[in-house]
Amino acid sequence: MALLDVKDLRTTFRTDDGLVKAVEGVSFSVEPGQTLGIVGESGSGKSVTCLTIMGLNDRRSAVTTGEAFFKGDDLLTMPSSKLRSIRGNEIAMIFQDPMTSLNPVHTIGWQLVEAVHLHQDVSRSQARASALDVLKAVGIPRADQRIDDYPHQFSGGMRQRVMIAMALINNPDLLLADEPTNALDVKPQAQILKLMGTLQKEFGSAIVLITHDLGVVAEIADDVVVMYGAQVVERATVNELFARPSMPYTWGLLGSLPRIDHDVERLAQIPGSPPSLLNPPTGCRFHPRCKYAMSICQSVMPELLAAGGSATHLSRCHLDQATRDAEIKKLESGHFAEVT
Amino acid sequence: MTRYVIRRILWALVLFVVVTFVSYVIFFLIPADPVKLFAGRQATAEDLARAAHYYGLDQPFYVQYWKFLSRLVANGIIGKHAMGFSYANRQWISHVIKDRAPVTASLVFGGAVFWMLISVPIGILSALRPRSLADRGATIFVFIGISAHPVFLALIFLYIFGYKLQLFPIGSYADFFNPPEGQPGGPIQWAWHMFLPWCTFAILFAALYVRMIRASVIETMSEDYVRTARAKGAPEWIVMRSHILRNALLPIVTMLGMDIALGMGGAVFTESVYSLPGLGQAVVQSLETFDLPVTMGVVVFATTAVLIVNLIVDILYAFIDPRIKLA
Repeated sequence: MALLDVKDLRTTFRTDDGLVKAVEGVSFSVEPGQTLGIVGESGSGKSVTCLTIMGLNDRRSAVTTGEAFFKGDDLLTMPSSKLRSIRGNEIAMIFQDPMTSLNPVHTIGWQLVEAVHLHQDVSRSQARASALDVLKAVGIPRADQRIDDYPHQFSGGMRQRVMIAMALINNPDLLLADEPTNALDVKPQAQILKLMGTLQKEFGSAIVLITHDLGVVAEIADDVVVMYGAQVVERATVNELFARPSMPYTWGLLGSLPRIDHDVERLAQIPGSPPSLLNPPTGCRFHPRCKYAMSICQSVMPELLAAGGSATHLSRCHLDQATRDAEIKKLESGHFAEVT
Repeated sequence: MTRYVIRRILWALVLFVVVTFVSYVIFFLIPADPVKLFAGRQATAEDLARAAHYYGLDQPFYVQYWKFLSRLVANGIIGKHAMGFSYANRQWISHVIKDRAPVTASLVFGGAVFWMLISVPIGILSALRPRSLADRGATIFVFIGISAHPVFLALIFLYIFGYKLQLFPIGSYADFFNPPEGQPGGPIQWAWHMFLPWCTFAILFAALYVRMIRASVIETMSEDYVRTARAKGAPEWIVMRSHILRNALLPIVTMLGMDIALGMGGAVFTESVYSLPGLGQAVVQSLETFDLPVTMGVVVFATTAVLIVNLIVDILYAFIDPRIKLA
């Protein structure tokens, strides 16, 4: 049984301008100890997917349908007290911006101890001892002194380590990481990713990693979900995705990656900007930016169908297999980056 | 920390000199002669000169101001002779203040407790349910509280609760510790007598604080660390207590320090209507009779009190907000 099984998840926000469909029919599953990467541009619905699973959307404006089974129980319909006992305990979350995600008026020790006490019936000193252990595990130097410091006394990278420590302190089975390296410089970025990989082996948690960086996905993910305009447009194992990417948006993402084996003047980019979720395009969401767009793409939304002959590989595109194969060949030769 | 306190005290001294000096100048600019008042209607020119000399009013104002300052320093600000005596009844100013300051302090600090007790729950409730019926009710309260003058409110309260319903005494004060012979006193009498004045005094500030607390709580609720607290699995009341309120009330503490100081000015109205023998009443009377030493005494005392309260609030703030470094 999958650890997390999300089926046809839909989240709609009521705003003053109208209904914003932020997540539309997203399905995926995560096996214990595995890493799923969710990739896509800003506004593609990646973060909202995670927040919906955690029940952290604003209850006044968000409407959610679908199912999200965690160990067989639907997170979306369970009573809030049960959901609270899972949050921070069996499912933990790391957020994008470590600068604002820690409470400025409490020491980091206080915040870690609080996380322990919310889920475990242990003494103060035991909670503090496990806080210290987990701070050491995430590589905070002089953790025994720094545990009584306030968040503003830490750098961005160190704060993200503290966030990771707080997420791991109750030994969760699933870790949702929402662009954990987004607000960091290059060096702490690499360190945090490496740390997450190491800790995953040590703690055995499954990870859902949200990112817009395919390079990161290639490094640590087992499976990948590519999102565009609130929908899943491609789903595959990491090897399948990089070997046989099967729709133009994914090609665009891959084409915009810097490659060590090819010199280019400028990295390719996908022209245009992501669609408005308030008033999405008809047909395929990607067609206004797609250079392969045909007339059918403007009127009929493609289904998420098996691609490339593998049961684990799905994509949402009207293109025929021959065209796709030709493009994949171009991509392999490195030619792709220039033609997009 | 020490350096910060020293700097603040030096600043306080400068402010103190400026405030008292300006008060002195204003007093001497008033085109009226206190000497005539004190010497009586039938006084001869010789009598007037003697009276003026007795009070020291025959000297230029800067000499008088200098004498006033040096007397303060020589006797210490709380010494018996530090501020001289009243022109009108020759009472030591230190006695006047010792008698009256507790009344004003009861009103201002009791009133501050009142307005916090009113505004914190109302502010939080209307932040939790913006645009709800309760929130709209709170908005109406805010409008009334801000618009109604304390004198008007005091008269209404006295008429309804004092005269018509006879629930509260009219125009008297009960001392907490040492009531004069034959008069009510003690904590219960004190609170009962102060209840209407507290309400009157607190309503304006309660209204302003409802607005501020509501805005501050709403702003804090959308902070990332509040989401983090929920993601940790914290129940809503812990999120509110340890994460939202702890941050949302930080700016309110600073405001409280300033408003308690501001409130001393506003206390004059409340004291007048309820006939409370406080500093406000004393200063009003002293202005009517050109009794300079009493005016100066109250100004000195109030300025010192305000400066001390603000210093305490600033130091306190450094303890509750770890990001502030006193340097």
